[in-house]
Amino acid sequence: MFKKILVANRGEIAVRVIRACHELGIAAVAVYSDADRAALHVRKADEAYRLGPSPANESYLEIETILDAAKKCGADAIHPGYGFLSENPKFAKACAGANVKFIGPSAASMETMGSKTRARQNMEKAGIPFVPGTSRGLESPEQAAEAAEKIGYPVMLKAAAGGGGKGMRLVHAPVELKGALEAAQSEAQRSFGDKEVYIEKAIVNPRHIEMQVLADEHGNTVCLGERECSIQRRHQKVVEEAPSPIVDADMRRRMGEVAVRVAKAADYANAGTIEFLVDQQKNFYFLEMNTRLQVEHPVTELVTGLDLVHLQIHIAAGEKLPFKQEDIQLRGHAIECRIYAEDPENNYFPSPGKIETLMEPAGPGIRLDSGIYEGWTVPIDYDPLLAKLVGYGENRAQATMRLERALGEYFVGGIKTNTGLFRRILSDADFKAGQLDTGYLERLLKRTTSVDPAEARTGIIAITAGIFAAMGNEKAGKVPAKPAMSAWLRTARTDALHS
Amino acid sequence: MIYEITVDGKTHKLDLERKDGEWVCALNDRETTVDAVAVRSTVLSLVVGGKVYEIQRERQGGETWIWLDGVRHKVEVTDPRSLRGRKAGIGGEKGPLKITANMPGKVVRVLVADAAEVEMGQGLIVIEAMKMQNEIKSPKKGTLRKLNAVVGAAVNAGDVLAIVE
Repeated sequence: MFKKILVANRGEIAVRVIRACHELGIAAVAVYSDADRAALHVRKADEAYRLGPSPANESYLEIETILDAAKKCGADAIHPGYGFLSENPKFAKACAGANVKFIGPSAASMETMGSKTRARQNMEKAGIPFVPGTSRGLESPEQAAEAAEKIGYPVMLKAAAGGGGKGMRLVHAPVELKGALEAAQSEAQRSFGDKEVYIEKAIVNPRHIEMQVLADEHGNTVCLGERECSIQRRHQKVVEEAPSPIVDADMRRRMGEVAVRVAKAADYANAGTIEFLVDQQKNFYFLEMNTRLQVEHPVTELVTGLDLVHLQIHIAAGEKLPFKQEDIQLRGHAIECRIYAEDPENNYFPSPGKIETLMEPAGPGIRLDSGIYEGWTVPIDYDPLLAKLVGYGENRAQATMRLERALGEYFVGGIKTNTGLFRRILSDADFKAGQLDTGYLERLLKRTTSVDPAEARTGIIAITAGIFAAMGNEKAGKVPAKPAMSAWLRTARTDALHS
Repeated sequence: MIYEITVDGKTHKLDLERKDGEWVCALNDRETTVDAVAVRSTVLSLVVGGKVYEIQRERQGGETWIWLDGVRHKVEVTDPRSLRGRKAGIGGEKGPLKITANMPGKVVRVLVADAAEVEMGQGLIVIEAMKMQNEIKSPKKGTLRKLNAVVGAAVNAGDVLAIVE
């Protein structure tokens, strides 16, 4: 087993991996940019090394600097988290070259799956069902028009190197195609340094359901069930759950078999996720494979009772999977809310800044994977994900109730977050009925809500505002007053006098 | 202490008095006794007639917000004794309009030059934060003045980047 693992990431996922290392008795090494010296992941680690200035391409994406830090501290493995270098085959290769184990699949598997067009070509060979379209990049608007005509409108243009919704365009009619292709190509070039764009049939109101797979380096591959990730905005997932409200045992078995076949076709090892689009008739199509740990992995952990990061580390250390497919049992239901630093009143734009007040929920069935603390300033340089709040229950209704309760306990002051959005989602009738698709959230957001504070509420708010002001005056010494003392403190003082 | 308190645009009169460790509050001349404990400098725990409230206060850019049950309300507290006729006029839609950054971030593109004629809705400046780009559009047709955005510069929410006349 490894003695020391370097975590090449930041934020909540770095904290989550550091915790797993400590649970396994492994020393954890953090790396950080100038913006992150005071970040939680640095505070939680045993050792920490500076990478460089704040921009990610000068710090968290600096392969050489990260490997230098690993060599300097004697780390024998690197966990890449998600994002940053996690799906970069060059990084995996560089780790192998430096004799540091990369906790993830081989560079070759990543290359097979990293390009969406190459993945489609390989899956075509392996007989995997995928969304009709081209398996190669489009060379001209004419070729795009021809392909679109053949598969039928609406069509989706997608960047081959894509992710996070970048370089994607939905095209309803031939007249929009040329402009959309140019826009998608230029965005793909800007975002990924690769302008390859392909075309596929747009499935109307699909669900997004993904299968978690786990493979050891001895050819054993299992599927840990599905996650429903249909609640998205701008192609970014917002709420995920396991199991999916529409997947029954038979569908789970069939999707799981395809997922395992995909992983085997890529000669895959470690944790990976196969994403599917599911149409209204419950037909499922291979979309892409994510060759890393997913943001939403906790929901799978809760319903399987497994720790995916522990398993990733054991697998990377060369151990065999400690269970077989038939040993995997799903139990209960888990729902995750992604807490983002964004402003619901300003079109969900990013809202970095100082966290003045932080009150975190706890209690039965609640898991909070967080990368923040009170007094910390959320930097502008990175992804706005602050934390993941996960509710677990014996069934979907109980998981929902627990999450609603926990959201009531959660308060992040000083910056804007989307916590209010989750209260709307969780209390929404369609959500409760499990009627979800990737257009669900846009529809929900279009419906306006009117907050009409009742008279009693307004009174409490006015009184509180006044008391805050009066207490501020007391502190500033403007109003001479006895310091407020709780009964408990008074009792303690009196007791002390008696003893 | 007498305060004038505006909640979501509506003004109330509040007379606060500290008595036996509690607050006697006369809101618009209706009296309530409130037991308030500051659990943090920004969080109050209230007990009002046996009912418990936990309320957070947030201050941002000169504005104060009170959070109750996950919903925030804009408040303004004035102490009439210290009132100094500060109701300043607010520029109407007809005069020059300020172009402000709507989020903190970095200027990545400036799409127009100073003194340029711009159309309503025309993109002027692109700001990036947390991997997201946001194009600031002109709120009206006019001439761009005092362009104060440089590619690569960091900006805060509310910073004035230009004026459209």
